[in-house]
Amino acid sequence: MHFALVTGTVVCTAKVPSWRGHRLLLMQPTDPHGVPQGKSLVAVDLVSAAQGQRVFYVRGREAANALPDPDNPADAAIVGIVDDVRAPGAPGAGGGSV
Amino acid sequence: MFLARVVGDVVATIKHPALAQRKLLVVQPLTGDGQPTGRPAIAIDSVDAGVGDHVLVLDEGNGAAQVLQRPRGPIRTVVVGVVDEVDRA
Repeated sequence: MHFALVTGTVVCTAKVPSWRGHRLLLMQPTDPHGVPQGKSLVAVDLVSAAQGQRVFYVRGREAANALPDPDNPADAAIVGIVDDVRAPGAPGAGGGSV
Repeated sequence: MFLARVVGDVVATIKHPALAQRKLLVVQPLTGDGQPTGRPAIAIDSVDAGVGDHVLVLDEGNGAAQVLQRPRGPIRTVVVGVVDEVDRA
């Protein structure tokens, strides 16, 4: 799983039927400190995340498994909202949380 | 599998039910020489690893399900060993 920041909502009236009832969010992958890393991607949201929230997501076949019916084509799924990353000695963390 | 260093842990109140009661560790992948390489990932702990530990991390869903003794779900990255030593030729 990897860290990301939710940067937008993707609205698709016509979409794969197996994704019905789930939102698609645009997100920017980050490092644990929230610094952007790599290219933006779209993920299926399983945790009602909102724009601006730090989340973590799973990629690959396991993303499809996050939905109630695993028979769907998702390749990225948001599976948690980050409250806190505790990383002793992290830059700017003052030895505590980031 | 890859070698990594545990550099932190994640607190997340809202998460997928498959992740409930699981310890989430931030792992920094390492080169063979022990140098950090690439982007840190989040892994589920299965061996009581903690911050600072040198660990072995599995990144594949079927194996992850076996290790955690649960049906296949949205989990693919699991800490499966604490490394005592790497002998290099």
